[in-house]
Amino acid sequence: MTAARNRELLALVPVAVLLTAGFAGVFAQENAQLGNLSLIYGAYFLAICIATHIFLRIRLPNADPYLFPLMATLTAFGFVMIYRIDETLARDQANWFVLGLILFALTVYFLRDYEVLERYRYTIAIGGLLVLLAPRLPGIGQQVNGAYLGVKIGPLAFQPAEFTKLAIVVFLASYLREHREVMIVGARRVLGVTLPPLKHFGPMLVVWGASMFMLVFIRDLGSSLMFFAAFLALLYVATGRFSFVVIGMVMFFLGAWFFAATVPHVHDRVEIWLHPYNEPQGNGYQILQSIFAQADGGLFGKGFGQSLLIIPGSHPPAQLLPAAETDTIYSLIVNELGLFGACGVILVYLLITARGFKVALLASDGFSKLLATGLTAVFAIQAFVIIGGVTRVIPLTGVTLPFISYGGSSIVANFVLLALLLLISDRARREAAEPAGRMAALGSPA
Amino acid sequence: MNRQIVKLFAFIVVLFGVLVGFTSYWSVFDAKALKEKEVNRRPLLEAQQIRRGRILAADGTVIAKSIGKGKGAEKRYVRRYPEGSLFGHPIGYSFVSQGDSEFERFHNEELVGEESEFSSILDQILGHAQEGNDIVTNLDTEAQRVALADLEEAGFGAVVAIEPSTGEIKAMVSNAPYDPNRVPYELKKLNLNTIETPLLNRATQGLYPPGSTFKVVTAAAGLESGVITPETTINAPGSLEVEGTPLQNDFNEDFGPISLDTALTNSVNTWFGQLGQQVGQDQLFETMEKFGFNSTPAIDLPNQGPESEVAQSGIYEEEHLLHRNDPVDLARVAIGQERLLATPLQMAEVAAAIANGGKLMKPQIWNRVIDPDGRVVDKLDPSVYSEAVSAQTAEELTTAMEGVVSEGTGTNAAISGVPVAGKTGTAETPGNEACGGGENENQAWFMGFAPADEPKIAIAASVECTEQFGNDVAAPIFRDVAETILNGE
Repeated sequence: MTAARNRELLALVPVAVLLTAGFAGVFAQENAQLGNLSLIYGAYFLAICIATHIFLRIRLPNADPYLFPLMATLTAFGFVMIYRIDETLARDQANWFVLGLILFALTVYFLRDYEVLERYRYTIAIGGLLVLLAPRLPGIGQQVNGAYLGVKIGPLAFQPAEFTKLAIVVFLASYLREHREVMIVGARRVLGVTLPPLKHFGPMLVVWGASMFMLVFIRDLGSSLMFFAAFLALLYVATGRFSFVVIGMVMFFLGAWFFAATVPHVHDRVEIWLHPYNEPQGNGYQILQSIFAQADGGLFGKGFGQSLLIIPGSHPPAQLLPAAETDTIYSLIVNELGLFGACGVILVYLLITARGFKVALLASDGFSKLLATGLTAVFAIQAFVIIGGVTRVIPLTGVTLPFISYGGSSIVANFVLLALLLLISDRARREAAEPAGRMAALGSPA
Repeated sequence: MNRQIVKLFAFIVVLFGVLVGFTSYWSVFDAKALKEKEVNRRPLLEAQQIRRGRILAADGTVIAKSIGKGKGAEKRYVRRYPEGSLFGHPIGYSFVSQGDSEFERFHNEELVGEESEFSSILDQILGHAQEGNDIVTNLDTEAQRVALADLEEAGFGAVVAIEPSTGEIKAMVSNAPYDPNRVPYELKKLNLNTIETPLLNRATQGLYPPGSTFKVVTAAAGLESGVITPETTINAPGSLEVEGTPLQNDFNEDFGPISLDTALTNSVNTWFGQLGQQVGQDQLFETMEKFGFNSTPAIDLPNQGPESEVAQSGIYEEEHLLHRNDPVDLARVAIGQERLLATPLQMAEVAAAIANGGKLMKPQIWNRVIDPDGRVVDKLDPSVYSEAVSAQTAEELTTAMEGVVSEGTGTNAAISGVPVAGKTGTAETPGNEACGGGENENQAWFMGFAPADEPKIAIAASVECTEQFGNDVAAPIFRDVAETILNGE
């Protein structure tokens, strides 16, 4: 299946071109002349990509050829945007990118038989939830905008939620693979509503409880929303019961509504979302500036490096677009590249989602199918939660824009996510290519 | 499970579609409204990063320029007006926090160098910073100076000077003036000054009763409609009963049967009152409208919507303009009274139209736009606003108006060696609150053009709240400004 890898290699060329063009644009803006530094950056990035590609050629020759280039596109894009905001941040991000690829390689190397994850599903789930608590631990915990999202140990900071999302998806995929039949058969109608059997209602409640817990304890509305949505997506795919999804949604909204009324931080987030103009210089500042930046972008944007991020003449420098490298990076993209640029970014996310689901469709066993679905869904939902946040579709929260936002945990976790998807894909496509594999697949509960 | 996966994908497509929808809404459909939000300072902050083009007088005098402060991303530009209050009107001001006005606002796009989105993409790729264009105006620095000095002596009021053949505005002055450099510090104070109203451009927004200057329009309507010829005589008694109240000449002087020349030279009220009635409301309105009454002058100053800085002249009922079917006292309209109000710009346009053989040109302050590389990218192409009167009528009116200056009520407008055509006006405005409510307050006018045989300049001068007559305070201003412009030719 070298054809797939050749396609991957070809798809990487536009990535490098895009990156070089992007850096060139930023350089041209900042230095008024084109340095060859942009070419060096482009070449460096391309070299890393090609190394990864060669690694994939050896380890996963059958894996989906588009996923890696698509994600590399986003990373390249993110680099340019971050470089344009702050050079040192871009250097950090580059290091995280390399670390992410190392973890990617390790995952591919050691988890070739990823079913092993099923065996440790409870350990993984509990571990995933426990690290979520870390930000509340004294000494290492960090509070950002009222939410406990980060952990800082020495110079190393990370956001556990990024890793928890992988743990939860692994757990749910495994749990639902095992119990989906029973949940479908055992469902009964109560007062005209189809409910899952009581026995399995418990675990569902646990997941619900976990996301509510995050809402209250971690105060992270975004991650909470993301996890629960991924859970509902998996539940739906596993059981085919739309009513379960509806019940879950009702439960989530009732819970969120209750906590919005009682927990000040959650209440504020909702309040800002609904009435940003109440405090244009206070709480509403970020979302308003995010929208004003978009309004300023128009169809084609102002061009790479043209956006105004700091209020000129302000001492100390006052942010015109707060958190431009993380939360509001999408607004910066709209500002600089316009509606067309933003649509391009959304299209890339959509293509990744399509390829991810393609992997799920091709996979022959239930766990692989559910795992691929869950990973893809959580990735797409994460993009939706943050883009939706800065465009006022939903309340703005501190979730990162996968592969684009500045943030080590996000890059690393998402490269692990990519590794898992490619592992599943490699096996599924290999089996699809070999008739024997297909026969074997019939035996498993697909 | 595959069916569910496909459905889930479809759902995510919908979700992403919502994102595209919202992004489109903010970035395109609602963008204009968002940019105009008061809490949105982004457009202003961006605007001050662009070096706005200069505004120059016809002789190259710099009226407005932008000077840089700070460096790099901190770099921003601030507007300076080296001539201070001399060009405060009609140039206006442009500042980040205080906004913009008048010429600065109207020509904003050229001054900041805004081009189509496509060409700005090209600029982005090539790395060009956006730079503004310079605009050279028609304004004559000397004329502006003379007009302001004369007005400051005479009282609050305005002067407008137009080149009849092109519509080029050579001078536009409003007293009380203001210094645009002070706007960032005392805009509030300037706005609160309701007595001097220094921010009001009286030339385009000052609505005053035109008094006898309007008799020229009535005469034009009479000649155009054929109701009179220059030879037609109308009996002009000392007083005339109109709509229950007497319409009188100065000192109740009885002129007997006289023709247009005598009537205009002596500004005979009863003669023009009767002419107005004979001409009829339809014809009078038609002529007025051809001269630009009842419309916003086509000048390059903000003239649209609620923030318009150019007023319409006409017969006002409260805030509304009356039209040809509304009941008016025609005899008093004919002599510039009733509820008739006109701006100095409007009366200058009347003079300019007659001076230009009946053709009214669009009045324009700008002359040419010069890009940062020194190329002229746009140049004023004089265009006709309307054919107000025929060439013959214009000639007949000119003859009558020459009499006014040579032997009539406007002798102070005379320039030695140059024939001048014009008309005085002294509208009584007793009890005018803007003047402090005095009983002897007049609105003094002079409008005219010179040289009468080959007109180079048409001017209207108007002075508020004076106890003097048009010939005493307004005609000398006309003379000084006209002389300055003719000498500068």
